[in-house]
Amino acid sequence: MDGQAILARLETRLGARLLGTHDHRGDHTAIVAREGIIEALTFSRDESDLRFNVLMDLTAVDYLKLPGREDGPRFDVVYHLYSIPHNHRIRLKVPVEQDDPVVPTATSLWPIANWLEREVWDMFGIRFAGHPDLRRLLMYEEFEGHPLRKDYPIERRQPLIGPKV
Amino acid sequence: MTSDASRQARAGDSPGARAMVNGEASRTTRELFLGEGAGGGTQNLTVNIGPAHPAMHGIIRILAELDGEIIVKSDVEIGYLHRAFEKDCEVGPWNNAMPYTDRLNYVSPLINNFGYCSAVEKLLGIDITERCKYIRVIMSEISRICDHLTCVGASAMELGAFTVFLYMIKAREFLWELVEDVTGARLTISYGRVGGVKADLPAGFDDKVKKAFVEVRQVLEEVHVLITGNRIFMDRMVGVGALSAEETVAWAITGPLLRAAGVPFDVRKAQPYWAYDRVQFEIPLGKNGDNFDRYLVRMAEMEQSMRIVEQALGALPGGSIQVDWEGKAIDPAAYVDRGKQGKTEGLLFVPIALSPNLQGQGRDAQKRVNAPDKRVVLPPKENTYGSIEGLMNHFMLVMEGFGIRPPMGEAYFAVEGANGELGFYVVSDGSDRPYRVRCRPPCLPPVAAMSRMIEGQMVADIIPTFGSVNMIGGELDR
Repeated sequence: MDGQAILARLETRLGARLLGTHDHRGDHTAIVAREGIIEALTFSRDESDLRFNVLMDLTAVDYLKLPGREDGPRFDVVYHLYSIPHNHRIRLKVPVEQDDPVVPTATSLWPIANWLEREVWDMFGIRFAGHPDLRRLLMYEEFEGHPLRKDYPIERRQPLIGPKV
Repeated sequence: MTSDASRQARAGDSPGARAMVNGEASRTTRELFLGEGAGGGTQNLTVNIGPAHPAMHGIIRILAELDGEIIVKSDVEIGYLHRAFEKDCEVGPWNNAMPYTDRLNYVSPLINNFGYCSAVEKLLGIDITERCKYIRVIMSEISRICDHLTCVGASAMELGAFTVFLYMIKAREFLWELVEDVTGARLTISYGRVGGVKADLPAGFDDKVKKAFVEVRQVLEEVHVLITGNRIFMDRMVGVGALSAEETVAWAITGPLLRAAGVPFDVRKAQPYWAYDRVQFEIPLGKNGDNFDRYLVRMAEMEQSMRIVEQALGALPGGSIQVDWEGKAIDPAAYVDRGKQGKTEGLLFVPIALSPNLQGQGRDAQKRVNAPDKRVVLPPKENTYGSIEGLMNHFMLVMEGFGIRPPMGEAYFAVEGANGELGFYVVSDGSDRPYRVRCRPPCLPPVAAMSRMIEGQMVADIIPTFGSVNMIGGELDR
């Protein structure tokens, strides 16, 4: 299915909850409001002409220092979906505010979302509401802060392991 | 002692029997060892496997709850090899991430290099040369064979087939010599460049590939004879660690594990990139999604990869490179001197004898393998040393604050890595360094699904299952 047609399908379904679309370099992208993301994912997965059955990737971007987006929502949670039966791709993005970094979980749709969301929580400090086991994935429990946030300095050192003294 | 009495004494040793403690029969032997409340019943035992266990390849920990030898529940813990790949990429210019990508999947680093390059090229909107596409295909497929050889060899060794390991490492050695010939290194090759590759293929490369493939094919045949029908090997592999096709897809597992479950998804076929649409190859499929099918798929894929390399070498545009600077060439120092004295007329057309370290990076070779885009690709060394324009171009690309500057935007590019879809999601803010680089590691989904794969199986089954997942710490933990 053509990327524009997929975006059109999403638009009719989501209405005002679809905040925008673009196809920069041929990657069709839909920006979806937080309230509509689970519906968008379920719709993309189950509709017979979309059938996005693989959650290829789930990550986030911290736009704190992006020129021109100083006032916008700080984070984007990014979903890359792929459909094996139809061989097409789509990217969904959910803008998330700094003060309320919570997104509903997709673990009920795809089991792999469990680990991917844990990684996003670990690296960006974005919570996933309803996640069964939201622990850090790559860092250890005692680690302070979320390293992929733009305000986490790269030269900051923390003790590798053990309780605080 | 009569036989009855001795039988009674032996029965006294059994776990359920009463032991005499301080003259009173109050606690069972089991309670003595396991503490109050252990009683006569059974209780599950929690065992830590790894991260220092050799079969965990050093860096993951499986916390398994066992009922006897059956795994009831398990929790997989990763992150021991986390090196902040994604954070580090944001610090330097775009091309500086290249050595970091080498260390993602360190068994097939070339595929990571090229995957990252292609993502940045997509973001820049540039096209690479035809010859470069073929070189990327050839080197990726050689890497894929190396990766599969290591995976199959190591997991066979863990099941006791040490000979297979030695044979396969021997075959890998032949391929690594090819890699060394082209890139100058064996492991941390840093051969990819945004807009092309570091250098052209060396002279006589086809013949070397042909010779190496003879050895690899022979090893594959020997390995088939040794283990494919081997009773011990099959008992450990058939039906172990299986996932159904639906579950494999739901866990976002790609690559050989998905194809072993019978789903014909391969990025090279589904969404062909570089020159994959111009070579003939098949996607080997399994049926049961168990460890044995994964093994068979990998063995068959190696043959397909060799097919691809042979076709690509045959179709390589521009033919093989004959470096014939001999006789006509002048010494680089003299060349630089002439430039310094301002005698630059015609200098750009004088061939230069490059140091052996720069083999394949001459002006002619550069034209063949690199995109004709001054904003992205370093000029050939003749131009850098021989003309002010070349020197300026060089500095514009390597100075801080200059360099490659993709327009603001984002792009995702997927290649078929040895373990499945390897995707790079890059975001640019218009400056000379990446705003965000995300690597979609192909072996994270299968490791996430490990708990599901080994649930209800024996402890010993962890070893072949973990081997068939081909966990590579570098890309798993990044």
